Amino acid sequence: MNKSIPPHGTEKVIISRKKFSDLIFENLTFVFALMILGIVLWIIYEMYFYSGESRSAFGWEFIWSNEWEPVRKEFGALAFVYGTAVSSILALIIALPLSLGVAIFLSELAPKIIKSTLSFVIEILAAIPSIIFGFWGIFVLAPFMRSDLQPFLQKYFGYLPFFQGTPLGTGLLTAGIILAIMIIPIITAISRDVLKAIPQSQREAAYALGATKWEAIKMALLNAKSGILGATVLGFGRAVGETMAVTMVIGNRADINISFFEPAYTMASVIANEFAEASEILHLSSLIEVGLLLFGVTFLINSFARLLIFSVTRNAEGR
Amino acid sequence: MKLDDIKFTDGNLQRRKILNRLMLSLCTIAAVLSVAPLLYVFFYTTFSGISALNIDFFTQLPKPVGETGGGMANSIIGTLILVTIGSLIGIPVGILSGIYVAEYSNNIFSNIIKFVTDVLSGIPSIIIGIFAYGVVVLTMGGFSALAGGFALGIIMIPTVTRTTEEMLKLVPVNLREASLALGVSRWKTSLKIVLKTASTGIITGILLSIARVAGETAPLLFTSFGNRFMSYSLTEPIDSMPVRIFNYAISPFEEWHKLAWAGAFILIFLIFILNLVVRFITRDKYSINN
Repeated sequence: MNKSIPPHGTEKVIISRKKFSDLIFENLTFVFALMILGIVLWIIYEMYFYSGESRSAFGWEFIWSNEWEPVRKEFGALAFVYGTAVSSILALIIALPLSLGVAIFLSELAPKIIKSTLSFVIEILAAIPSIIFGFWGIFVLAPFMRSDLQPFLQKYFGYLPFFQGTPLGTGLLTAGIILAIMIIPIITAISRDVLKAIPQSQREAAYALGATKWEAIKMALLNAKSGILGATVLGFGRAVGETMAVTMVIGNRADINISFFEPAYTMASVIANEFAEASEILHLSSLIEVGLLLFGVTFLINSFARLLIFSVTRNAEGR
Repeated sequence: MKLDDIKFTDGNLQRRKILNRLMLSLCTIAAVLSVAPLLYVFFYTTFSGISALNIDFFTQLPKPVGETGGGMANSIIGTLILVTIGSLIGIPVGILSGIYVAEYSNNIFSNIIKFVTDVLSGIPSIIIGIFAYGVVVLTMGGFSALAGGFALGIIMIPTVTRTTEEMLKLVPVNLREASLALGVSRWKTSLKIVLKTASTGIITGILLSIARVAGETAPLLFTSFGNRFMSYSLTEPIDSMPVRIFNYAISPFEEWHKLAWAGAFILIFLIFILNLVVRFITRDKYSINN
């Protein structure tokens, strides 16, 4: 029955050897995949562990206290939380309408050549490192803010508490603008993809009912809203974690001020500025606790964003 | 009554048409407004950089305060060393875990890995710096090139994993089946057929991740720290272009600002070349796919 060209048994050996090498390879890739999980858990553990000193010294007071005095060994992160929140929200307020405009322009309006060129330009400019935005911020944006934009805002909106104080050039508003410039590409790219995922037939249906182009676009926007919200939240997460550019233009003072012209400090900036010089254990530990806080915040923001984007693009992939 | 209705609709249409034109122009203006600052940053850096650039920049070490001239030779070498260490960590981990997620993806664990990869890519780079500080700097007892490279490697991992996964999933199943039908073992199929077919895309991902970490500053501030002298040692603090640019940019010295602009230009130039190469590669790939 058996032709048995290979002597009996050899076949089996080959098969089992194959299986063995497959097993090794699968487990090898598994171990490397496990490493990613390990790294993330390790990051969390390490930050929790090294912030122990500060956590036991200040407890929850750490988040609610505004005192950051390394000399007096008083550490509280509220000013940094405030600076991060306000600069990121300002960035979002500036970036969102602009990004939506660009996304609409790219997905609905622009002729093909402009569309591909503009997408290309935005994507490639998004690769400019944060440090260069910060450098530009110091030498171009901050002087412009000091001499033009801040006096302008003060002249026409000076009655608002946000625009009072001395125009220094650096401060919350400047940080917000730099962040806005940096997050526009990411919000634009995702919103454009989300808009593209909305079926063309919906726009055609709107046109067929006599809608203008803007009304058809508004329909598409309405259907894409959770995806666009996801893009926005993702951009917000990016702004919250952004370090160098903000550090260079926000003024780095741990104060809470209602005015957007005043210098402030963010969670990421204080780590960048003080970590290498922190010699006291408590100081270092407090900085790491700020890091833990930053990690927690960005984790929540990013998870929320992924969930929103996933809920939209999942439907699109199914088509 | 009917006539009134029509008139009303007519006026409404007018209003709608005006709104239409207004909103569409606003979108176009937004496009211009958004790209303008990005282009401004790019061209400003390019022009300031080129005018400050000379041969000394590539060959000289940084000079102490007050002396004119000097360059960033040590920072350039430092960045190359740091990126190399980062690649040695990030590329193998990224590719192999990407293979796992794409090829053995029929279980919950690969979904966990996907989620965790997303988490890792969303962690601000300064926190990766703290991690590297705790793992490498504290263990070795001081700032070192190894610590900086380690941080950059961690930052590279999620990008490489994700692109590997996506590219492997683009490879048609029948290619795998053909290989397996010929009696090739599964791991050889994965490496020699699937990975090879997807290699262009994966190289793209690797280049993009290199372009990203080459400009990373925050995680290097307290890992590789900086060094005024030429250093090739992995266990000593080492200079890098982003950190040197940062220190010079916030200094009060005109001479240092010029050097920083030159450095910024070189950095942007390198990153753009990498990005352009990537575009060039992917353009070919997409045309094949379509």
